[in-house]
Amino acid sequence: MKRLLLSAAAALALIAAVPALADSPKQGGAAVVTFNNDLTTLDPAIGYDWQNWSVIKSIFDGLMDYEPGSTKLRPDLAESYTISDDGQTYTFKLRDGLKFHNGRAVTSADVKYSLERAVSPATQSPGGGYFSAIKGYDDMVKQDNPAKELSGVTTPDDKTVVISLTRPDATFLHLMAINFGFVVPKEEVEKYGADFGKHPVGTGAFKFVEWTAGQKLELERFADYHTKGVPYLDKLTFEFGQDPTVNVLRLKKGEVDIVGDGIPPAQFNEIMKDPSTKDLVAVGDQLHTGYVTLNVKIPPLDNVKVRQAINMAINKDRIVRIINNRGVVATQALPPAMPGYDTAQKGYGFDPEQAKKLLTEAGFGDGFSTELYAMNVDPNPRIAQAIQQDLAAVGIKAEIKSLAQAEVITAGGSGQGVPMIWSGGMAWIADFPDPANFYYGILGCAGAGEGGWNWSKYCNESLDQRANQADTMVTAEQAAARADAWKGIFNDVLKDAPWAPIFNEKRFTFHSQRLGGDAALYTDPIHIPVNYDYIFAKDAQ
Amino acid sequence: MIRYLAKRAAWSLLILLGVSAITFAVNFVIPSDPVALIAARSATKADRDRLRHELWLDRPVIVQYGHYMAGVLQGDLGRSYKRKTQVAEQVAARLPATLILMAAAISFELLIGLPAGLFAARRRGSSADKTAMTLSFIGVSAPQFVTGLILFYVFAYWLNLLPTGGFGGVSHVILPAVTLGIAGGGWYSRMMRSSMVDVLRQDYIRTARAKGLDERSVVLVHAFRNAVLPIVAMIGLDVGIFMSGVVVVEQVYGWPGIGQLMWQAIQDRDIPIIMGVTLTAAIFIVLGNLLADVIAPLIDPRIRLR
Repeated sequence: MKRLLLSAAAALALIAAVPALADSPKQGGAAVVTFNNDLTTLDPAIGYDWQNWSVIKSIFDGLMDYEPGSTKLRPDLAESYTISDDGQTYTFKLRDGLKFHNGRAVTSADVKYSLERAVSPATQSPGGGYFSAIKGYDDMVKQDNPAKELSGVTTPDDKTVVISLTRPDATFLHLMAINFGFVVPKEEVEKYGADFGKHPVGTGAFKFVEWTAGQKLELERFADYHTKGVPYLDKLTFEFGQDPTVNVLRLKKGEVDIVGDGIPPAQFNEIMKDPSTKDLVAVGDQLHTGYVTLNVKIPPLDNVKVRQAINMAINKDRIVRIINNRGVVATQALPPAMPGYDTAQKGYGFDPEQAKKLLTEAGFGDGFSTELYAMNVDPNPRIAQAIQQDLAAVGIKAEIKSLAQAEVITAGGSGQGVPMIWSGGMAWIADFPDPANFYYGILGCAGAGEGGWNWSKYCNESLDQRANQADTMVTAEQAAARADAWKGIFNDVLKDAPWAPIFNEKRFTFHSQRLGGDAALYTDPIHIPVNYDYIFAKDAQ
Repeated sequence: MIRYLAKRAAWSLLILLGVSAITFAVNFVIPSDPVALIAARSATKADRDRLRHELWLDRPVIVQYGHYMAGVLQGDLGRSYKRKTQVAEQVAARLPATLILMAAAISFELLIGLPAGLFAARRRGSSADKTAMTLSFIGVSAPQFVTGLILFYVFAYWLNLLPTGGFGGVSHVILPAVTLGIAGGGWYSRMMRSSMVDVLRQDYIRTARAKGLDERSVVLVHAFRNAVLPIVAMIGLDVGIFMSGVVVVEQVYGWPGIGQLMWQAIQDRDIPIIMGVTLTAAIFIVLGNLLADVIAPLIDPRIRLR
């Protein structure tokens, strides 16, 4: 009897342990990810769309990176770093044994070269400007006789990189984690020239194998990666060209593992209700806010009461329902996943009566006519219509202008701008998880000019000054004070209401049964949408 | 013949020049700014101006066009704004797939359309004729996206008979070619029918029958040869149409043709690629028409090339 009980207990213990065993990462296996559009480039200095962003992160590395599935910084190629007392000098020590995919050892000279390449105007990097705080940046970008090297980056020895800034910058460590400065080998860049984007050689977890334009991209595990055991997958293949609708069918058939473009809106409800698929959808927060920009230079939107009234007139819950509850109502400009989000801020509630009162106070009791621009891809026209109806209820007649993405972006960026733009499809997703990234480009004075992304043309000099001030607080002790400073800045922005924040979209990634890993890896806020380095195949041998 | 070809070649060059100039101009009339789409969203005005200068976008349009055409004459179609790779290379990489799909699609169009047209013409007025023409009408009207998805669902997903898309062997090209063939076949069948009906009414057909020839020879040898001329002209046009990319079918089946490339380039306002694909398409349309015109006298000696 005792033996029976013992063996039964042992059996039960084994059965209980099996799920845990099955879910711990295994080495090996392959995964197929699909994308509708071909990747544009794999050059880290150039690539800047949401598709190639995380693929580049898997092929290349920077001095810093983030903990997988989170927004927490950690050293990557650097083993450690120190910051001087005045916050203007950063000293990075590289890890031992770092190698490029071509076998060569990585040195500090490579780090310097990569930063200079990103800054040089000849590279045409979209993000070179991020490194403007580094000493010598202005000399490299000026038109006559530009300097050939970045004087602020020095390499006292093969393992040390010292970067001097012209001003303390609290976002600097984030900038060391951004793709544009990722380390590239000079000899390969010179060999391929502008075609380096088609033949990437980096230091990342995955090594480039082959790219057949428009069809597929193959990557394989880099055996000498600096973190042992990572990546878990042996092979990663990207297939291009097919509609996400078709790829969802292929996933169900078992041919592909992840639909990179996300679930098409038309199939969303069906997949979330079907018991065989609903557990295979990972849900996570993005660093995203969808908002309506209100042009503070075009009357009557130049009156703050009118803008506040618009905020109160819009029924945000209804709009979230229009997108099948794929998001949450936004109370402020920053998304909940962003450090610095103010959980106490309730924002403008849905209150049409109060809205009408404010309009009357502003002298527009009889309403007025205006224009609302939106991108013409579903569901944005439907959202624009919902906003139009809400505004009509308080007397505001908004004519909808539904255009292609590029047209809306150009209209919004034009010198004068347009009255209102629904940001759907073009909304701001943070380049790095810091409130500063959500301010300067889209709410600061610098972005309010021609070609900028501050479509509300909002320019508050005192807030800009406070923002600059907050970004000089670089030490760990000042972190809390900095977070408070940014909270204050965004709360004041909300009072001025250059935006009507509507919702924060969640990310839904549909993946196959055989792929394992925490849901956060499939909805990684930085390695968008999936952190390929840490997912694994449950059926690996 | 040589003189004819030389004249056509000269005209073709003029046409291509015109196409390139108009397409180039249109890119600048459209209110969209490539720099805004390429630059980082937090780029400063100085950053954007620098990018604009590197891309030659701050020069007058004529200067930009001159710079572009100078490159084209040397075989350099420029570099894509987004990808930085050579446009010529990108287009060339996708040409084989486009050519294969074009050949397969035209084959299916003829396979479906010609017999249907012949069948309907011979039984003109009967219910068989009406059915055939209704089916062809459906073929022409059905949106390719719908036909494509239905065929995909039935044959690739449900019955598992054919692969789910992508580029590969014969089995991969069947579904896209049939999807295109159904629409085109509808056109060809109607054309074939009306052309045949006309020819079958002619005196020489009556003569042939009176001579005692069997019906099959009359139809397939004498009538068909005279009726097929408009079809040849259509094939010439079709070559051009297919070579300019069939975006919808390429999307459904993931066929890596130049249609996909063009579609993406339009969304990104990637002017060099747009120009490159347009010029390529124009060249093929011109060639296709030339081919049709050269073959015509081979079929009907009464036609003379002038």
